Amino acid sequence: MSVCTLRIDDQDVAIAAGSTVLQAIRSAAIAVPTLCHLDGLSPVGACRLCLVEVEGSERLLAACVTTVQDGMRIHTNSSRLQEMRRTLIELLFSEGNHICAICVANGQCELQDLAVRVGMDHSRFSYRYPNRCVDLSHPQFGLDHNRCILCTRCVRVCDEVEGAHVWDVGWRGEHCQIISGLAEPWGAVEACTNCGKCIEVCPTGALFHKGEGTDEKHGHPGRLAALVQGRSRQELEP
Amino acid sequence: MSAAKPRKRLATVWLAGCSGCHMSFLDLDEWLLELAQHADIVYSPVASDQKRYPPAVDIALVEGGVANSDNLALLKTVRANTKVLVSFGDCAIHANIPGMRNMLQGADPVLRRAYLDLADSSAQLPHAPGLIPELLDQVLPVHELVPVDVYLPGCPPSADRIRTVLEALLQDRRPDLSRAGEIRFG
Amino acid sequence: MALLDRCAEVAQQPGSGITVKGVGCHGPCSDGPLFSVACGDEVRLISVQSSSASELAMELQEALSRGSLREWVPRGCRSLDPQSPFLALQRRIVLERCGQIDPEDLSDAESAGAYQQLNAVLAANNPEAVIDLVRRSGLRGRGGAGYPTGLKWATVAAMPGAEKRLVCNADEGDPGAFMDRTILEGDPHSVLEGMAIAAFAVGAQHGFIYIRAEYPLAIARLRRAIAQAQQQGWLGTTIAGSRFSFDLELRVGAGAYVCGEETALIHSIEGQRGVPRPRPPYPAEHGVFGLPTLINNVETYANIPVLHRLGLERYGVGTKVFSLTGHVSRSGVIEVPIGTSLRTIVETMAGGPPDHKPIKAVQTGGPSGGCIPAAALDTPVDYDSLQALGTIMGSGGMVVMDSTTNMVDVAAYFMAFSREESCGKCIPCRTGTVQLELLLRKLLARKATVADLEQLERLSETVRDASLCGLGQSAPKPVLSTLRHFRADYLALLQPLEASR
Ligand SMILES: Cc1cc2nc3c(=O)[nH]c(=O)nc-3n(C[C@H](O)[C@H](O)[C@H](O)COP(=O)(O)O)c2cc1C
Ligand code: SF4
Ligand code: SF4
Ligand code: SF4
Ligand code: FES
Repeated sequence: MSVCTLRIDDQDVAIAAGSTVLQAIRSAAIAVPTLCHLDGLSPVGACRLCLVEVEGSERLLAACVTTVQDGMRIHTNSSRLQEMRRTLIELLFSEGNHICAICVANGQCELQDLAVRVGMDHSRFSYRYPNRCVDLSHPQFGLDHNRCILCTRCVRVCDEVEGAHVWDVGWRGEHCQIISGLAEPWGAVEACTNCGKCIEVCPTGALFHKGEGTDEKHGHPGRLAALVQGRSRQELEP
Repeated sequence: MSAAKPRKRLATVWLAGCSGCHMSFLDLDEWLLELAQHADIVYSPVASDQKRYPPAVDIALVEGGVANSDNLALLKTVRANTKVLVSFGDCAIHANIPGMRNMLQGADPVLRRAYLDLADSSAQLPHAPGLIPELLDQVLPVHELVPVDVYLPGCPPSADRIRTVLEALLQDRRPDLSRAGEIRFG
Repeated sequence: MALLDRCAEVAQQPGSGITVKGVGCHGPCSDGPLFSVACGDEVRLISVQSSSASELAMELQEALSRGSLREWVPRGCRSLDPQSPFLALQRRIVLERCGQIDPEDLSDAESAGAYQQLNAVLAANNPEAVIDLVRRSGLRGRGGAGYPTGLKWATVAAMPGAEKRLVCNADEGDPGAFMDRTILEGDPHSVLEGMAIAAFAVGAQHGFIYIRAEYPLAIARLRRAIAQAQQQGWLGTTIAGSRFSFDLELRVGAGAYVCGEETALIHSIEGQRGVPRPRPPYPAEHGVFGLPTLINNVETYANIPVLHRLGLERYGVGTKVFSLTGHVSRSGVIEVPIGTSLRTIVETMAGGPPDHKPIKAVQTGGPSGGCIPAAALDTPVDYDSLQALGTIMGSGGMVVMDSTTNMVDVAAYFMAFSREESCGKCIPCRTGTVQLELLLRKLLARKATVADLEQLERLSETVRDASLCGLGQSAPKPVLSTLRHFRADYLALLQPLEASR
């Protein structure tokens, strides 16, 4: 196995060729925010929070979908990147209806945590207050579109790991919405196996178990990687 | 805190919020006594009988979004008469729960829903100009209407965070909440 | 169509000595409807102003009985001056057969030279030579990004694996752009021939033409052209007696602008949701159904046969087709040598604004492009000069705006377009375009302050730098370029800080 050496901020890092820049950054214990990325799922490069500067490249590159190259020099925390990340988080808050105080994920939410991390004490962009709905048709679970950030983790986990492909993205642009089945109520989609994986990986309070009150949802996105790894080594039943 | 500093004139203001931020302010408990040594509370729903917002206020903690014409008029006075305006709590910062009515897109649908659709008897839209303040079409955060100097998020912000902010402002410093990791919503 | 039928009836009479055929667009939209009269080498364009199909047919009959059609100008019609700059300054090589041949008749196209270059290329049987020719011609992609075509072909050719795919991007979604449509409706065989040559050069066996559903006539003509070419053995197995086989399939898009972006287009061909994905891997490596894929624009392919026919020297720097619209006296589709100055195009050829108002700006590149101020009208229209001005050559839309135009309005129009067409996959584009349009509307409503203007600029940069695909990356270009060249338009709309509060 060949190895690439690269310089990330002021650290030298050696990592197996073929790794992603994000893996290299994490191996150096440097914190770069991510939302759409989740170990165990295919990368999509959609949230753009993991953008980094690579010397010699005019473009910012999304660390989660960029492969390391020998000799890369990467900057993860310039003031330009900091400003950009804060803007992205503000945009996310502005496009949904995030009332953390009454949210099932309050205190356990990756978006809420990121707002703290990027120093967002208010949004410079007006909130849009879209008129979104809540789907409570499933006997055990609920989906509150007001809190969905369209990271598509649920879509991917259901398709790639559970193999049920209940979820998809419907419509376009600002009207995008996660849909179940052919845009049917979740409870009407027979393909759903009630496995609950989508709820575990959802970074926000959008997907939850019924009966969870404010502050009561505990997602476990970290468990997925272990499951996927275990399966690939055939240690676990699918 | 150096005792030589002149006493600050402090106000707390209650717009469209649940008063939870003010309850949290009262949670400062014995530190309120210390506060009283450095500041006069010149206007506050919980600590003053003043009915009119006074001039020459040094620090104002403004709770709540701006939901009606009274909120708006008061906020304009506060801004005009105050040196440091603190956007106090999630409602002030992003309209929060009062702002959920914005999803209905306008004051009229809200009033109809509340006073006509859901009425048991004598359904009637409230209308008494001069007596009942008119609803604005949207509940707006404070900073979209007047300039804000300090943001103190939280629903409510804990007493500790309020104290961090006030301690700094009493010493004419800008509080650095982001560094303290104390800006969490909710 | 009525005119065509009536005139055909006249032509069918014994001894008429003329043929009548339907052709594609001639180009000068503002003079339309048009027909052309060809006598020997002389072709005249005639603009129908106020006569009906039956009147014209009657006049044709009369003119024929009088003798030749050489001088014929029917009543209610006007003969266009072939020396007028709009026509005379063009160099129609890609569009040469548009308006000349019957696009629904392969034999007509063949007698005008169609498929001869494919025949020659297959006879020479040297794919490297084809790629080399394209590379040395300096041809760059006409679909917007201007990537060197020869390099792209060489990359696909070098990819390992026996199976490769070819795609023609006919999604032409820029508002006000209709160059590709003109080619497809007027001379579909030029595109098919270009694709077959490309497929031979890179080693592809199967191709797709991805065309937008809003072009029903182009779709019908392409369908016909493909069927005819298959019948004549220009497509299919063992083409022209060689060992080369190439099949073509039409895919009709469902109206999403972003499906013109190559990775979204590929998803769409595969039957998936048409959203872009990060590159690399580029389509050359991982394209349709995972196979190495060459993807080029309609006009790019249409350049291939003519490049072969003319050879490097006579082909020269090549041409670009533009659709010229806006405040101009003459609008339409034109083809000019690359490097022609903007002034020549918009003032000399198009005649400037109809009421002699001064030109304020020229917009190129559609929603991904920018506005060029009148002061820079002497810029040659080539890829690098336009880029230096903060816009792009783009696919060929060119909108002329006179002094009455407010550039903030223009920016808001394009931002609304990008907002509408964002696929919604990535945050900066999905929501950034919404906020950018709101800021522009706030300016237009005279409610914005200096702080809003700063916000507009900062957010534009973020959306440009952070978006996943070309749509989001270039969505702020109309704002940034108008801010750069027409800042006064923005400043004039600002409110003093205090008044707005
Ligand atoms: C949002 C977006 C829309 C696009 N639309 C088109 C289009 O309609 N037609 C086209 O040929 N290229 C379009 N492109 C460019 C294609 O991605 C691609 O670069 C092009 O088809 C390559 O062909 P070329 O090298 O011949 O230009 C678009 C790109 C983006 C980002
Ligand atoms: S999902 Fe997260 S950010 Fe949204 S309301 Fe819930 S806790 Fe707040
Ligand atoms: S429901 Fe949750 S996991 Fe699914 S897209 Fe929305 S935020 Fe992501
Ligand atoms: S930039 Fe816009 S169109 Fe492109 S992927 Fe992102 S959301 Fe979709
Ligand atoms: S984590 Fe890389 S783009 Fe979302």
